[in-house]
Amino acid sequence: MKRFIGFAKKEFYHIFRDKRSLFILFGMPIVQILLFGFAITNEINNVDIAVLDHSKDATTLEIINKISASKYFSIKQIVEGEADIESIFKKGKIKAILSFENEFNKKLIKENKATIQIITDATDPNTANTISNYVNAILQNYQKELNIDTKNTYQIIPQTRMAYNPELKSVFMFVPGVMTIILMLVSAMMTSISITREKELGTMEILLVSPIKPFQVIIGKVVPYIFLSVINAIVIIVLSIFIFKMPVQGSLLLLAFESVLFIISALALGILISTISATQQTAMMISLMGLMLPVILLSGFIFPISSMPFALQVISNIVPAKWFIIIVKGIMLKGVGLQYLWKETSILLGMTVFFIGISVKKYKIRLE
Amino acid sequence: MKTIAFIIQKEFKQIFRNKGMLRIIFILPLLQLIILSNAATFEVKNIRFAYIDNDHSSLSRALIEKFNASTYFNVLAHFSSESQANSSMLNGEVDVVLVIPQHFQRDLQNNKYQNLGVTINAIDGAAAGVENVYTNQIVQSFNKNLKVELLQPSDLITQPINIITIPSFWYNETLNYKTFMVPGILVLLVTMITLFLSGMNIVREKEIGTLEQINVTPIKKSEFIIGKLFPFWVIGMGLLTIGLIIAKLIFNVPMVGSLVLMYAYTSIYILVVLGIGLFISNFTDTQQQAMFIAWFFTVIFILMSGLFTPIESMPIWAQIVTEFNPVKYFVEVMRMVMLKGSGFMDILPQLSKTLLYALIMNGLAVWSYKKTS
Repeated sequence: MKRFIGFAKKEFYHIFRDKRSLFILFGMPIVQILLFGFAITNEINNVDIAVLDHSKDATTLEIINKISASKYFSIKQIVEGEADIESIFKKGKIKAILSFENEFNKKLIKENKATIQIITDATDPNTANTISNYVNAILQNYQKELNIDTKNTYQIIPQTRMAYNPELKSVFMFVPGVMTIILMLVSAMMTSISITREKELGTMEILLVSPIKPFQVIIGKVVPYIFLSVINAIVIIVLSIFIFKMPVQGSLLLLAFESVLFIISALALGILISTISATQQTAMMISLMGLMLPVILLSGFIFPISSMPFALQVISNIVPAKWFIIIVKGIMLKGVGLQYLWKETSILLGMTVFFIGISVKKYKIRLE
Repeated sequence: MKTIAFIIQKEFKQIFRNKGMLRIIFILPLLQLIILSNAATFEVKNIRFAYIDNDHSSLSRALIEKFNASTYFNVLAHFSSESQANSSMLNGEVDVVLVIPQHFQRDLQNNKYQNLGVTINAIDGAAAGVENVYTNQIVQSFNKNLKVELLQPSDLITQPINIITIPSFWYNETLNYKTFMVPGILVLLVTMITLFLSGMNIVREKEIGTLEQINVTPIKKSEFIIGKLFPFWVIGMGLLTIGLIIAKLIFNVPMVGSLVLMYAYTSIYILVVLGIGLFISNFTDTQQQAMFIAWFFTVIFILMSGLFTPIESMPIWAQIVTEFNPVKYFVEVMRMVMLKGSGFMDILPQLSKTLLYALIMNGLAVWSYKKTS
C-alpha cells in the first residue's frame, strides 16, 4: 500500500509540474462550456431572406411587414426578377426568397385566394424546412385575422405544453452534451497518453521490474486523473447552474455519483486504448480521431438518435456518452431518480467493468 | 531542393512504415465518413406518440386515426391516466402525448370550439418545435374536414380567404440530409487528420531528441519545414480525393460545381491547417501538450463551423468568433461549390480570407521555429 501511495504521489507531481498541461486541462473546459453554451443552438433565428414582390400592393406590404417583424427573419434584399434568384443563392447569404404572384390583393378579394411561393436554398434541409414552416405559421395567423368575421367554423385548438423546457431553450439540450464530450475526451485522452508515454520513453520497463504490481501501476496512473476530472465536472456543473440557469430538478448527489461513474468509464476506455497502442501518437489518434466524431454524432448531443437509421440506433448503444447524456438530462431537467435511471446506470457500470476486464487481459507485463 | 526531397523521402518512409498508423490515417476517417454521415440528421420522424382518450367518441377516434395515418407519428400506446403518461415520458418512452378531454364531441358541437391537450417532451427545443408544427398541421387539416361533416344546413357558408403557399426547395428537393452532411464531415476529417499529424510531428522529434540532430545539420529552416509539411499536404489531398469518390459512389452527392475550384481551394486550405499544426508544435514541449491544444481548437472549429448548427442563429459575438475559424470557410465553400455550383467569384470572399490566413499562420510558424533550443 505504501508503495502504491508513493507511486500515485509521483503521478501527481508529474501532472502538477507540467504547468502548461495543467492550465490547458482546467482552462479549456471552462472556455469551451462558456463558448458553446452561449453560441450553439439549433434554433433558427434571424435568417436572411429576400422578397420578390410582383404586385406591390397593400396586402403584400402588410404580409412583408409581418414577416420582417418576426424574430425568425430579417429581410435583406428586394429581388427584381426570377432570373436573379440563382445568383443570389450561389452567393450563399440569403436562405429563402418569398415570391408574391401578380395582383395579389385583387385575386385575394375576387377569388378569395392568392399564392405565395417560398423558394428556399435547401442545401441545408433543416433550415429550409423550418423556414417554410415558420412562414406558413405566420401566414396562417394573418389569415385568421382576415377571416375573423367568417362564421360557422368548428375549431379544435391544441393547447400545447412544452414539458421540462417550457421556453424551448437550446441550452438545456446542449450543456449536458458539451459536459459529456469534455469529460469523455479529456479523461480518455489523458490516461491513454500518460500510460503510452511511459512505454515510449522506456520508463515503463523500469516500473515493470519494480516491486509494484502491474495493476497498481495502472490504478496509480488513473487516480490523479479521477481527481482532476471530478474537479472539472464540478466546475462544469457549477457553471451550468449559475451561468446557464440549468435547473437541477433531481438529486445533486445522484448527479455527482453518475458523473464519477462516467469519468471512471472514460478513464477505463483510456486504459484500454493505451494497452493496444505502442506510441503516444497512435494512442492520441485513436482517442481523438476514433472518439471525437462518434461521441459528438452518436450520443444524441446534437442529433436526435430516434431519427437515425435503425442500424445506427443500434450502434449508438455502445457509445457510453449516449447513456450519460440521458442520465444528466433526466436528473437535471426531468428530476427523476434511480428508479428511472437504473437501466442507464447499470449499462455504464457494465461498460466500465468490461473496459477494465479487457485492459487487464491485454495488459502486457513484458515489453516486446 | 535536393535537401527537401530527402526530408520528404524520410517523412514518407516514416509514415508508411508504421502500418498501424497508416490504418488510422486512411481507414478510420473514411469509415467514419461512411457511417456517421447517416447519423447527422435533424429530420424529425418516427415521433413516439401516445394518447389519453377520455371521450371515446367517434370524433376522438377519428382524430387519433388521423395521427396514426401520418408518416411522422408512431402511435405507440394509449394511457388511461395522466400519471401513467407522465411516468412514461419521464422514462423517455414517448415524445408527444395527446389528451382528449371528456365530452369532446358534445362540447365541440355545442360550442363550436374545443381545447385539446398536447404535451411535448421539449428538452430538445428544436425538435419539440417541429413536433408542435406537425401536431398543429394534423389538427388543422382535421378541422377543415370537420366543417364539412358537422355543418348543419342552417349554417350559411361564407367562403374564407385562403393564402396558398407553395414551398419549393432548391438544390435538394427531397430534403436529403446526406447531401448536406457528407461534404461537411469530409471537410472535418481532412482537417482533423492533417492538424493532428502536423501538430504532433515536430514535437515528437523534440520529445525523442532527434530534432536536435536535425538542427545541427546544414538543413535550412525553410527547407526543413517544407519537407515536414509536404507529406501531410499530400495525405490531406489524398483523403479529399477518396472522400469525394465515396461521396459520389455511395451517397450519390451531386457535384454541380467545378472540381478544379474545389481542389484549388483545398490546396490552400490545408496550408492553413498545417500552419496551425506547426505553430502548435513550436510552442509545446511534449506531444501531450500539443494534443491538448489541437483537441481544444478542433472541438471549437467543429462546433463553431456551421457544420451541424447554423451560424446565423448564434449571438453576434459568436458569429464574429467564427470569422476566425478556417473550417467554417471550408465547409461553406465545399457546400457551395458541390451542391450549388457556385463559381470563382461567388467564393472569392472565402478564398481570399483563407489565403490571408494561410500566409499569416505559416509566417508565424516559420518565424517561431527556432533551430536553437
